[in-house]
Amino acid sequence: MRRAGGQAAGGGGELSSAGSARTDRLPTARSWSGAPDRASAALLSVWTLPPPPGAWPKSLWLDFLRKATPEASQLSNRTFGSAPAPTVSKLEDRSDFNDEIINEPLKHSDFFNVKELFSVTSLFNARVHLGHKAGCRHRFMEPYIFGNRLGQDIIDLEQTAAHLQLALNFMAHVAYRKGIILFVSRNRQFTHLIENTARDCGEYAHTRYFKGGLFTNASLLFGPGVRLPDLIIFLHTLNNIFEPHVAVRDAAKMNIPTVGVVDTNCNPCLITYPIPGNDDSPPSVHLFCSLFQTTITRAKEKRRRVETLYRLQGLQAAKR
Amino acid sequence: MAAPCVFCGPAIASRFFLGGRVTLAQGQGIWKPAAAELQAGTRSQILRLKHLTVVKTKKNVAASRPEKYTVDFIKKQIEEFNIGKRHLANMMGEDPETFTQEDIDRAIVYLFPSGLFEKQARPSMKHPDYIFPKQSAIQWGEDGRPFHFLFYTGKQSYYSLMHEAYGKFLDAEKRQNQLQAKDLQMEKTKTKDPIVSRWLIKEELEGMLAEKLSDRDYTRFIQLVERFSTLQCGAAEEEFLRRFRRSVTIQSKKQLTERLQYDEQGRAFSTSEGKRKSAKAEVVVYEHGNGKIKVNGVDHLLYFPVTQDREQLMFPFHFLDRLGKHDVNCTVSGGGRSAQAGAIRLATARALCSFVTEDEVEWMRQAGLLTTDPRVRERKKPGQEGARRKFTWKKR
Repeated sequence: MRRAGGQAAGGGGELSSAGSARTDRLPTARSWSGAPDRASAALLSVWTLPPPPGAWPKSLWLDFLRKATPEASQLSNRTFGSAPAPTVSKLEDRSDFNDEIINEPLKHSDFFNVKELFSVTSLFNARVHLGHKAGCRHRFMEPYIFGNRLGQDIIDLEQTAAHLQLALNFMAHVAYRKGIILFVSRNRQFTHLIENTARDCGEYAHTRYFKGGLFTNASLLFGPGVRLPDLIIFLHTLNNIFEPHVAVRDAAKMNIPTVGVVDTNCNPCLITYPIPGNDDSPPSVHLFCSLFQTTITRAKEKRRRVETLYRLQGLQAAKR
Repeated sequence: MAAPCVFCGPAIASRFFLGGRVTLAQGQGIWKPAAAELQAGTRSQILRLKHLTVVKTKKNVAASRPEKYTVDFIKKQIEEFNIGKRHLANMMGEDPETFTQEDIDRAIVYLFPSGLFEKQARPSMKHPDYIFPKQSAIQWGEDGRPFHFLFYTGKQSYYSLMHEAYGKFLDAEKRQNQLQAKDLQMEKTKTKDPIVSRWLIKEELEGMLAEKLSDRDYTRFIQLVERFSTLQCGAAEEEFLRRFRRSVTIQSKKQLTERLQYDEQGRAFSTSEGKRKSAKAEVVVYEHGNGKIKVNGVDHLLYFPVTQDREQLMFPFHFLDRLGKHDVNCTVSGGGRSAQAGAIRLATARALCSFVTEDEVEWMRQAGLLTTDPRVRERKKPGQEGARRKFTWKKR
């Protein structure tokens, strides 16, 4: 699920957007169906054209082919248990609604203009580039590290900016399509801040003790027919004993895409959209929280405006 | 499900056995027609046996109940209950407006008399809030989005309470820092509650939040709220904290102090009774005296030759440092020598309460001087030598 860092740096031109030329294949927010879709949706954000045969591992190639055939279960929801999926409202049944509202943002590379929210200077001022000492360095974070100064690792902010833009864009698209976003962190210093951020966005937070089987055994813990999050945002990938948070692995198991701020001692492997950056300094975490909050609220506001516009257009057409 | 397996075990075994026979018959060519006949015969037999080997699974009654109770469903149930209550009141000839739950219970018992022993199996009519547990109300809307922002933690009420309390605590701390910076810090006025209060206990907190808590959660909550209360906070915060305090009525272990009576010479004395095992004692303690003790008209030295018993008599006076200051006259009956000594001790302690301050009475109570010893002789049980002693165990 994670894109190789080096390749990403090389294929800059293709790293355009979450949107591609595929129109009716990508599932709507409420119809995240089974295993292939999420992986391919994430991957298709990178690859605009199918690579030559042999360049890809067979499993991914098969996924791609499977995507080429129209899905029968477009409207299957990721609900669990015996309860049927909630009824789709009449508004969303119409295909023109689909085209205008859902698919329109996918045609642009930066529909929500997330680039303007930050800059390399602002990241630097918020001390996002400061990593841990060289001894704490994780092997897989080496591509993202610019260098080492007086024993402390410095994160490459150019790469961070690129990753951040992708992550914010993806986040905005998920919020636009009314997905459930869950903020996860286990750092007790920022628990209150993150819960406030989540509540102000209208999304959800889990900065407490993570009960085992929360995602994998959700129907038993919460009840049948519970809807799992559509995106998980990690402000801190590690838990209080410096091990990867269980939710990273569980989200990968349940095919939930993840966005995560990865520090130099974290493992970025299972995270869909890693953001290499500092997760320990207060200004850095405050900056990330404010960025996430702004993107999500912006995307939701956009959705509301587009829907009202569509409804007004519909009324006008009916009048005529 | 052991029983059905056991039941169908032999049947299945015979089925396989028959199947085996069929294949054997198939192998030999000359026997084909006979084999076919055998097959048909055995197949019908097999079919019959198949009928017999239907495994019966126990129907899970709990699971067949609707798992989620929507708000509309509960509302409808409440309406039906209220209408039913009015009908019942009319049936019983009573006023529907003032028909309480006790009246409903009585009416149901009258209309549907049941001889069942299990109280919960008898017919009853209760408000839906008591029948349908509150927790099974689904926590998410039509589109599947949960209502509470901490839904995915599992314990949303507890964590939201912690979040709220911590937020208030941070605000109070900030305000205090500001005041400190301006040197306007007021002294923390220790408002001693006239009624002593305590924090909620874990069961009370669980009831308040309608969620199960672990001991660690409860401890964390109490720690947070304790820290919060040490800060100087305004009226709103006090109100918030008061929700988690319960008043504690001081244990009224008030000893009934006897009235002082005065005899002909004007000496003050007090009388009281004491019991121990089967001994009963009645004691009169005079205020001023030498320390003489008379038991049943006889001096205590003669009545209680054993030192231990005399020490028991001495103990209340020794405890209050009034060894040679009171005269005691007592009558005792029943029990043995130790029981009589104990009874007199209890009686003298009770009598001394009227001569002594309240604090000393409390000390005496804490020392155990004012408590009747509840130990009595345990009865002998049949099949045993004594109350506890069993007969000698013989291996063979």
